[in-house]
Amino acid sequence: MAPLVNIAGLSVAFSGVPVLRGVDLTLHKGEALGLVGESGSGKSVTWLAALGLLPRHAQVSGKVTLEGREILGAPATELDRVRGGRIAMIFQDPASSLNPVLTIRRQLCEALALHRNLQGIALKAEARRLLDLVGIPDAGRRLDAYPHEFSGGQVQRIMIAMALAGNPDLLIADEPTTALDATIQAQILELLSTVRRELGMALVLISHDLGVVAENCDRVAVMYAGRIVEEAPSNQLFADPAHPYAQGLIGALPPLDGPRRRLTAIPGTVPDPAKMPGGCAFAPRCALASESCGLAAPSLAPIADDRRVACIRAEASRRALLGIAAE
Amino acid sequence: MGRYFAVRIGRAALTIVLVVTFAFIVLRLSGDPALMILGPEAPPEVLAAFRKAWGLDDPIWLQYLDYFGAIAKGELGRSMRDGRPAIELVLERIPATLALTLPAFFFKVAIGVPAGIYAALHRGSAIDRAVMTTAVAGFTVPSFVLALILVLVFAVQLGWLPSGGQDSWRHAILPITTLSLGGAAVLARFTRSAMLEVLGQPYIRTASAKGLPWRKVVTSHALPNAAIPTVTILGFMVGTLIAGAVVVESVFAWPGVGRLLVVAVANRDLAVVQCILLLVAMTMVTSNLIVDFLYGFLDPRLRAKGAHA
Repeated sequence: MAPLVNIAGLSVAFSGVPVLRGVDLTLHKGEALGLVGESGSGKSVTWLAALGLLPRHAQVSGKVTLEGREILGAPATELDRVRGGRIAMIFQDPASSLNPVLTIRRQLCEALALHRNLQGIALKAEARRLLDLVGIPDAGRRLDAYPHEFSGGQVQRIMIAMALAGNPDLLIADEPTTALDATIQAQILELLSTVRRELGMALVLISHDLGVVAENCDRVAVMYAGRIVEEAPSNQLFADPAHPYAQGLIGALPPLDGPRRRLTAIPGTVPDPAKMPGGCAFAPRCALASESCGLAAPSLAPIADDRRVACIRAEASRRALLGIAAE
Repeated sequence: MGRYFAVRIGRAALTIVLVVTFAFIVLRLSGDPALMILGPEAPPEVLAAFRKAWGLDDPIWLQYLDYFGAIAKGELGRSMRDGRPAIELVLERIPATLALTLPAFFFKVAIGVPAGIYAALHRGSAIDRAVMTTAVAGFTVPSFVLALILVLVFAVQLGWLPSGGQDSWRHAILPITTLSLGGAAVLARFTRSAMLEVLGQPYIRTASAKGLPWRKVVTSHALPNAAIPTVTILGFMVGTLIAGAVVVESVFAWPGVGRLLVVAVANRDLAVVQCILLLVAMTMVTSNLIVDFLYGFLDPRLRAKGAHA
């Protein structure tokens, strides 16, 4: 099956400082992909760059294709059709993601008019339907309200409605629940998986919350310091992480069942993008690092049919983990 | 909403009373109008008669009460120089001042706002830097220096335009230019920073992410938000329409309210000074009220607050 989106060698630098250092990622139709990593690892930048939403001073290189068509650096008119029409995006902070001085109707209808050519009564009916779909009560009346008259969870629902307005093939949800209360979080994630199922849309869920990703995604890519370090089906990644960083992330999670164990933290901090170590960026924090780790950055290589990892010590690290488990 | 404005109107009235009171006290403490108008050589009995005639020998609190009593009856006093009602003197100067300040206001907005928007949209470009350098120069150079430079170049060196007076429309060009440049500079800088602030907001990214062409993102999403802070400074500029040209009118010998104020202060022509200050305070306060009203119109969040306040 031809991929929906293919990202190859995507790199981004802000005034000479690299923040994304060669990201390769493939996404198929209808698939739910989780993108995890610490803040600053490049999860959001990957997709902002792909859609041309980074500030002008960002230097972007690489390839991003949508069903085979290059969209990186595509002309503005073409990009405008892709944004919202093929690939929609919702953001972390719902409260400031909607324009405070325009009504919800105005902001929803804008997207509908752009991508669906709707007008008049049909436009209004569709706006209502979308608000109903995302679970805003009393949609007809609420259309004339302003963003500040809604709660954070409701605004995120409206953002989702707006994202669905163009019938996109892919929805990128950039930390959609980080700013919300735990109970609202669950509702929003539920809503996202419902609409995905119903509309057959692909979903990229960007999150630093492994639990959220595990529950909602088929496949997970782990990012560290501007690169993807491991990519695997969700269940395999959680059962048997290969990259020492992915192991560290999972080791830092409290287990829901089984005996209580001491949580392990990853020592050290993420390297400063301006002072990236040569070789593997994780090596300075890695217990298994050998001398050769510092020589060259490992490339993302397959270790199974559907798994890839960027670590020359991956085998050793999996053995070490299994050893610990056996003890 | 009603209470929102009732509070603001009450505050506006208080502002006017404070301004008038302050001017009243300072003027009476800072010099003797009798001496200023009649001259130091005037015989003491003449000075005394003058003071008695104008009530200047009453205790200051009594003068103050009399003054407010007169205002309540709609009387703003008479000029001590020629005995004419102060309000008449001031009103007849207003058209001359407006002939400078209104076109200047127009040019400030017509130049400053687009320049600021353009600079913000092309941040870091050569044009942005040029606009900002000009803007900084424009408001750091005091208006009297700018006025003198313009006179030196266009009146003295080139001889294209007159250096002062009010005989034809050509006489208005240099004063209007002086007023416009400084104001346009302030507005350009202000608009630029308001725009930059707005362009960095997440909702601008949202608008782009839904496929809106950049031009529409700017016009329907950025500008309405950037208008909110810009209106503040515009309101302030409207407030200076009556007396914002004191310096420029003096340099160009333009017989407007500003020059009347300078002469009246020098002469301690109390009623005239107070009348002008009252008028200035009223225009300032009115334009602030208009700004408050516009905020409510431009920003639905404030509208809601007003309704609940």
